[in-house]
Amino acid sequence: MNWDWSAVADFMPRFWDGVLITLQILVLGSLISFTLGLVWAIGFRAPTRFVRWPVNLVTEFIRTTPLLVQLFFLFFVLPEWGVQFSALTTGTIAIGLHYSTYTAQVYRAGIEAVPAGQWEAATALSLPAHRTWFAVILPQAIRRITPALGNYVIAMLKDTPLLAAIGVLEMLQQSRLESASTFQYTEPLTVIGIAFILIAYPASLLVRTLERRLVR
Amino acid sequence: MTAGLWQNWVLPGIWITVQLLVYSAALAGVVAFAVGMARTHRSRFVRFLAGFYTEIFRGTSALILMFWLFFVLPPLLGWQLVPMWAAVLALGLSYGAYGAEIVRGALNSVAPAQREAGVALSFTPWQRMRLILLPQAVPEMLPPFCNLLVELLKGTALVSLLGVGDVSFAAYLVRLATQESAQIYTISLVIYFVLAFGITRSMKAFEKKAKSNIGVAISGGGAK
Repeated sequence: MNWDWSAVADFMPRFWDGVLITLQILVLGSLISFTLGLVWAIGFRAPTRFVRWPVNLVTEFIRTTPLLVQLFFLFFVLPEWGVQFSALTTGTIAIGLHYSTYTAQVYRAGIEAVPAGQWEAATALSLPAHRTWFAVILPQAIRRITPALGNYVIAMLKDTPLLAAIGVLEMLQQSRLESASTFQYTEPLTVIGIAFILIAYPASLLVRTLERRLVR
Repeated sequence: MTAGLWQNWVLPGIWITVQLLVYSAALAGVVAFAVGMARTHRSRFVRFLAGFYTEIFRGTSALILMFWLFFVLPPLLGWQLVPMWAAVLALGLSYGAYGAEIVRGALNSVAPAQREAGVALSFTPWQRMRLILLPQAVPEMLPPFCNLLVELLKGTALVSLLGVGDVSFAAYLVRLATQESAQIYTISLVIYFVLAFGITRSMKAFEKKAKSNIGVAISGGGAK
């Protein structure tokens, strides 16, 4: 054992920078995945199969292929297509896009759990489609699926270190920079490992509480 | 992309990805059953240890665990893990923790009367587990295990960051050689998609067999 507390102290400024970037990715990534996931979920129920079929295929493809490869795809291919984003933006889009295919499944389950009578009532009142969705179906579906969405936010948190691979200065990348300049690998990596547990565990307790309150 | 790159990097890459998947799935399976059964153990202490394990390994990121095993463990212990085994260990231990929750959930979903019947017949706890609980719980576990296996397949891509020559690493090298990013990354995504499709198909067949063994019909739609 050669644990060195001064190395931990030296790492702290970089660590906090990393935490901020990680949280920023998490917030923006969640927003993207929540909105895009809803778009996919509505696409699953489109009246024509020319929409349903491609939406199913695309989401299935994104969901079953590795985020890391998608990250590299966007990072290297977007510039070739003339779209220039920073690594942080590319990474946030990749993680939001990837998780949107998970949230889409969650929305789908939530929407399917809304009783058929609610759809019929909306039809009987001849509500327009957007009113049916936003005033009748979604308010009932979203309450039920909040805990499940929360679980995916935690999962997303644990995937943010992947963005280090394209050089985003989140927690892992900060620890790599620290190690590269001080040759101390043990302390920075251990600190961020523990930081993840300290964030993820209370978060999952919170989700469990929400689950008990909202789903019944 | 030239044939040489395909033969020298991409095909071996697929083989390494498959090997990684098999080894880490085996380790994850062992961990999942051991920890999952421990979480239903009579002793509070055993349950606590198993719960602690699950929370720690589910709490941290698989990539950080992998880096930790590769960079931090060697100076602490004085020996170095081969990247491949650091990767298998990290993937197996963390996905095993997710699997343990599946095992625990499935064991808990077996009707309590079944356990009581085992007690009434004065089976030992291990006999109850082996002869009554597991045979009924295992078919329940298969659909979530199928999802977990696909997640594990995606997790194997992380090893490319340690320089293990899997599909993702091959894609990286081919990109450096040819500069055709769109092509090679599309191909590697398709390779993962096909592997995942193979997993879901075979797990579905397996589930059907396991359920028919205990006289339960497979539910329609199902495993996604």
